[in-house]
Amino acid sequence: MTAINDYESVIGLEVHVQLDTASKIFCGCPTVFGTEPNRNSCPVCLGMPGSLPVLNERVLELGIRVGHALDCQISERVKFDRKNYFYPDLPKAYQISQYDMPVNGPGFLTIELKDADGQMIERKIRILRAHLEEDAGKLLHEGIEGATLVDYNRAGIPLLEIVSEPDLRSADEAYAYLISLKAILQYLEVSDCNMEEGSLRCDANVSVRKKGETRLGTKAEIKNLNSFKAVHKSIQYEIERQVNLVENQEKVIQETRLWNDVKGQTFTMRSKEEAHDYRYFPEPDLVPFTISNEMKEKLRSTLPELPRQRSKRFQEKFGLSAYDAAVLVQEKMTADYFEECLKAGVPAKLTSNWLQSELMALLNEKKTTLKKSPVGPAALAGLVSLIDKQTISGKIAKDVLPIMFETGKSAEAIVKEKGLVQVTDTKQIEEVVERVIAANPKSVEDFRSGKTQALSFLVGQIMKETKGKANPQLANQILEQKLK
Amino acid sequence: MPETLHHFTLKQALDFISKEGPAPLYKELSQRIQEHNPQINAILRFNLEDYESVEKHGGKGKYALVPVAVKDNICIRGRETSCASKILSKHVPPYDATVVTKLKDSGVSIFAQCNMDEFAFGSSSETSAYGIIRNPWDLERVPGGSSGGSAAAVAAGMAIAALGSDTGGSIRQPAAFCGVVGLKPTYGRISRYGLIAFGSSFDQIGPITKTVEDTALLLGLMAGHDPRDSTSAREAVPDYTKALRRDVKGLRIGLPEEYFVEGMDPEVEKSVRAAAELLKKMGAEVKSVKLPHTRYAVAVYYIVAVAEASSNLGRFDGVAYGMRVSKDNLQEMYFETRSEGFGAEAKRRILLGTFVLSAGYYDAYYRQGQKVRTLMREDFSNAFKEVDVLLSATAPTAAFKIGEKSTDPLAMYLSDILTIPANLAGIPAISLPCGFTKSGLPIGLQLMGRPFDEETLLRTAYTFEQAVEVYKQRPKL
Repeated sequence: MTAINDYESVIGLEVHVQLDTASKIFCGCPTVFGTEPNRNSCPVCLGMPGSLPVLNERVLELGIRVGHALDCQISERVKFDRKNYFYPDLPKAYQISQYDMPVNGPGFLTIELKDADGQMIERKIRILRAHLEEDAGKLLHEGIEGATLVDYNRAGIPLLEIVSEPDLRSADEAYAYLISLKAILQYLEVSDCNMEEGSLRCDANVSVRKKGETRLGTKAEIKNLNSFKAVHKSIQYEIERQVNLVENQEKVIQETRLWNDVKGQTFTMRSKEEAHDYRYFPEPDLVPFTISNEMKEKLRSTLPELPRQRSKRFQEKFGLSAYDAAVLVQEKMTADYFEECLKAGVPAKLTSNWLQSELMALLNEKKTTLKKSPVGPAALAGLVSLIDKQTISGKIAKDVLPIMFETGKSAEAIVKEKGLVQVTDTKQIEEVVERVIAANPKSVEDFRSGKTQALSFLVGQIMKETKGKANPQLANQILEQKLK
Repeated sequence: MPETLHHFTLKQALDFISKEGPAPLYKELSQRIQEHNPQINAILRFNLEDYESVEKHGGKGKYALVPVAVKDNICIRGRETSCASKILSKHVPPYDATVVTKLKDSGVSIFAQCNMDEFAFGSSSETSAYGIIRNPWDLERVPGGSSGGSAAAVAAGMAIAALGSDTGGSIRQPAAFCGVVGLKPTYGRISRYGLIAFGSSFDQIGPITKTVEDTALLLGLMAGHDPRDSTSAREAVPDYTKALRRDVKGLRIGLPEEYFVEGMDPEVEKSVRAAAELLKKMGAEVKSVKLPHTRYAVAVYYIVAVAEASSNLGRFDGVAYGMRVSKDNLQEMYFETRSEGFGAEAKRRILLGTFVLSAGYYDAYYRQGQKVRTLMREDFSNAFKEVDVLLSATAPTAAFKIGEKSTDPLAMYLSDILTIPANLAGIPAISLPCGFTKSGLPIGLQLMGRPFDEETLLRTAYTFEQAVEVYKQRPKL
């Protein structure tokens, strides 16, 4: 596998995101997920003969908001086209989409990731376009033996298809792209980006070429990617597959491949020769119209602070590292929680650590989310504050947090109740230190003869004596003095 | 009086119902249909349900219980709407077309559903899956198409008035062939919601009636913006009956040179020119105008309209609508269903439309066609700087013989040569009877106007109609 280092991979992603509107793109049907099949349908989204689409303006607004966030050139005109093909989940035998005049033209997305040396680096990934279209229904192969059923609840749900240029160079970059994009979409509140429920879907175009080569290699399109991890794994697999082919003097075929998550491999779905001719033409049922500059500017002015802006602010205002800030802002919920904590005046770095490592670990362990966390921002800030004021040690705090989680009590109350206040009284600690020295002559001797690890044993004894309440730094300091 | 009940106009029917009640009229129409429809085949279905239920609950609205027939491509909730196609047989829409809702709200009873060319593909009413329709004036001749059933039903006294749809002349040409009035309104004047689409950027619903007055009445009931149809216009709807006055003084009428084509029946040309003369005598100015891109009209139409049609008809694939031929796999089910379900003309247009949209051909055909369409629109807007109304024949000939053109699609397509341009440009156009050939076939006069200026068309048509009174003649059945 040394050969792989001689190659460069070229990756472009097509992301379909469901826009979070109350009603569908061309009719008034609700968009809620998980309703009884075909309940959310009407003559329009069922494509009944004679029915006509009417654009839901909210969809356009959300689409343009995303366009602004990706620094896209917003189109002057809005035009829809028909993409014609036969499939049972497509009731009209055409999908209303945008072909040559996408609402959002070229833009870019900046991704952040760690390079080989662990340094955070930024890469600007160009966006080719982001256009509006309607979703299709869903085929169900279970229920009636030997039959396929169609659920049109999803038909007509608004989608934004965001197409990147082939600027991504590794599976890691593709992953970082998705993380950044998801964060932006969540900040804009245009989509819940739930890949399991299908509100975010991704296809990847992958090709490889020898380093230094400027021509593009033959690409394969990978479909059926159900998680960000699957995107990462499938791209990695595909790169290796293609490099092997080229190394063995075989040809990469332009085709669509399906990712099999269980087998961890991609398989041929259809070749280019079998590709559809979609016979695009302008949708005559929707009259093209102009987007006014006022509307564009109005929508721009409604943009919230976006993840990267927030990350910069976290670094500048709170002195967080680029990495910490980047991780914090990835999920809007987390960053909101973090800022909420800081309102209590606790130090940022300490709060960030406690939020990202201890609380997150606990949430994972309890299989819950920050949103449902029984420890709210004020409560966590209370705990951090106790650590900051050295009322309790970090070690004690680690014991306190799960109790807070279980009981919903404040850190202060728990510490008081259980008598966990850290001992910072030098005299008190000195007494304990003297007792420990007296009781452990062997270790004392070991230490004096150069066995430094004996010191940590003695500190451990001190902590044991004080039930962990002694201020560790102080205990260390005093012990060392006494042993001199 | 009762023996001519079936020849009542909408206006007369309204007066009659208010005095005598609806029962005699419905009885008469039912009898008339039973007597003549087996021959003419203009009506696919009629029922008295609407009438009976409305009567039971007391007719409401200005037009309470006035019977109107509709073309079978306009959706009626709970009633089979088949587009005269096998593939849509037994298709029962769960909703009313907007025009149907509007008519029902005015009290109108949707009395009958009219036969037509399958999916409105045709100019002779010979492509219906339910048999050809005959012209009441000469049963060996076609009634025109595709709204041949609507026009024949009105002419034969089987309907008081009817709705048709016009994509390339489908209201006007059959109206001309059957000696009745037919209006294709401006594109966007009447909602298309619930009209099973053929060429979405051309289709308009319009009235087919015995008089210009009836056309004005029905247009007024149906016109206006519909939030369910993005292509419907927000233009205010005037009171069209106010346009019904005999007044063409100072009206500037243009005769498009290109519309007096070679191959035109001299009798038709003579009759149309005489109509222009008459209007001139009544005070109109008549002059010759040019519409230079007319010669491309038929070609452009049969590219763009069939392209839209091929896409519109994709949904008839055996999955959700109409008939299905069950097969073991999806591909075969599609093939067999569509092979069996569509008639020859529908297949021809689907193939043609699919071809012109295909990769590699799109620019040469569809895109080029749209460009020519723009040029034709400009032709009209230039002409309307000089004149208020354009006058021509509706069709180059009177009704032709059954079978005469059905084996020659090109000859058939050319019979729409004078009506297609108005659809390409989206402008309103009306056809009204202006005379008869020596053999007694009606001749249609076409008037075209500026977008949303149906009033001038109605005024001109009314003035002419009242002066010549051709409309009073009825076929002898």
